[in-house]
Amino acid sequence: MQTAYGETLAEIGEDPRVVVLDADLSHSNKTNIFARKFPTRFFEAGIAEANMIGVAAGLSTVGLIPFVHTFAVFATGRVYDQIRVSVCYQNLNVKIVGTSAGLSDSHDGATHQSLEDIALMRALPNMVVVVPCDATEARKAARALYRSGGPAYLRLNRMPIPLVWESENECQFEIGKALKVREGCDVGVVASGYPVGLAAKAADGIAKEGISVEVLDVHTIKPIDRESILKMAKKTGAVLTVEEHSVIGGLGSAVSEVVGETIPVPIERIGVQDKFGESALDYGELLEAHGITVRNIIAAIQKVSERKKR
Amino acid sequence: MHSQSVIDALEEKALAIRKGILEIMAGGKRGHLGGSMSIVDIVAALYFHQMRHDPQNPFWEDRDRFVLSKGHSVLAQYVALAELGYFPREELRNVKKLGCILQGHPDRIKVPGIEASTGSLGQGLSIACGVALGAKIMRKNFRVYAVVGDGESNEGMIWEAAIFATHYKLDNLTAFTDQNKLMASGQTIIDSLAPKWRAFGWEVIEIDGHSMGEILGALDRAADIKGRPTMIVCQTVKGCGISFAENISSFHHCALTQEQYEKALKDLEDKRKVD
Repeated sequence: MQTAYGETLAEIGEDPRVVVLDADLSHSNKTNIFARKFPTRFFEAGIAEANMIGVAAGLSTVGLIPFVHTFAVFATGRVYDQIRVSVCYQNLNVKIVGTSAGLSDSHDGATHQSLEDIALMRALPNMVVVVPCDATEARKAARALYRSGGPAYLRLNRMPIPLVWESENECQFEIGKALKVREGCDVGVVASGYPVGLAAKAADGIAKEGISVEVLDVHTIKPIDRESILKMAKKTGAVLTVEEHSVIGGLGSAVSEVVGETIPVPIERIGVQDKFGESALDYGELLEAHGITVRNIIAAIQKVSERKKR
Repeated sequence: MHSQSVIDALEEKALAIRKGILEIMAGGKRGHLGGSMSIVDIVAALYFHQMRHDPQNPFWEDRDRFVLSKGHSVLAQYVALAELGYFPREELRNVKKLGCILQGHPDRIKVPGIEASTGSLGQGLSIACGVALGAKIMRKNFRVYAVVGDGESNEGMIWEAAIFATHYKLDNLTAFTDQNKLMASGQTIIDSLAPKWRAFGWEVIEIDGHSMGEILGALDRAADIKGRPTMIVCQTVKGCGISFAENISSFHHCALTQEQYEKALKDLEDKRKVD
């Protein structure tokens, strides 16, 4: 996903207004592709993320389009006040790209794993929050954010993950519009990021048991697509959310707010349960430790489906 | 060297700004008196002499930019902008009233002439760096000016910006440190600022921040420096011009009694007579 993003950034860079900043992670973040192609518009900010955000804000005031990069955990929490005041309060066209998001940097442990970043970014006025589910969607999201004005946070997974969308034509990406991955009527699953693919697998698996599951790829957490979510909740009468993030403040919260305010139906939420991450040599193993698995999604679908019947 | 008439005219502007700050605080309205008074002479020199800008066209793309990193001192900037016609002078009466464009801290979206929304200390200098770098990328000749507080210089972000500006040779950036030696709760816990900035690779000029001649001279020197940014470290007096408030940290943010208000106006009148 990050390579796909890096390649797309280098395409977007044909526009001379695009400038790229990185805080000593350009190799990992794949911004080095842009840097090789447009060396005069790539700026190494050093390991000084707060200043990087402020500089990006300043650059945008003269009509440039800055994309800033570092690991998601540093791109949000470490520089929260800089994003809040210098970017969002000023409503500036700064794109903040958080990489190695969620648990995807499994080796580095809790300090490098971002499980609260969506909650933080979602609370900020003017901010758009986008979480692509695969490389295809990451490309589309990067282009869409480039074309949109204003502050945005793009959350990228570090690991090679299976494609949900085989082609860009298939992925009709539009900021703020959820995409239907599976059609169904018994339970609705709302997912973002890597879990979208897991949810699709779960839906396919449970179909054998006669439960028809709809899966929505809610790539834009803010502004959330109320219409699609409510339509699905109304149709299915039971909702499950799945995210690679704390269940506090992320997709699960956003969906609960929308559904709870409008047509309350049973909701289950899969995500990290108010915990820090930890090191693991294998990403899949770490996801499993936090319950973000196809098996767990199937169990939760059954549970929420039962709750509906009561 | 600048002629005495230029200096006299700017000192007159500075006096008008000081009076304007007092007028905003009339009737017991609280405000950041101390730090606003200490930057007045710098603000007057920039807006009424140094900067190329057009109050009729606040978004003129080749204008010089001013970023007040110590945003709480914005009262000085508001009065200067009103004097210049960026917004009607009557607006000054409404500072901080609900719905007014003039917030407690600078707001770039609401106020024509404000280049950065600041107030959370430490952030303005990085924004100024971004604007200066942007000018270089866009091959624009405008210059960027910033004012940083000495208390604000405890923020780590200031030194991140210091490193960045040196590395990217931002010689179109001129910053001032308003070294009034006091923060809200007493003496600052940072000193030797000039050697620090020198060590970070900046051109450093040390002046009396209330001497118009020295401010103009330092700005001229800064304009000629190539390959690195300039920090003009200004020795200033918090509350400058108001006898009872000078060098007293409790006037950092305060309200004036009617008696204090009248005394303060008289101090400014007396200062004019002496000058």
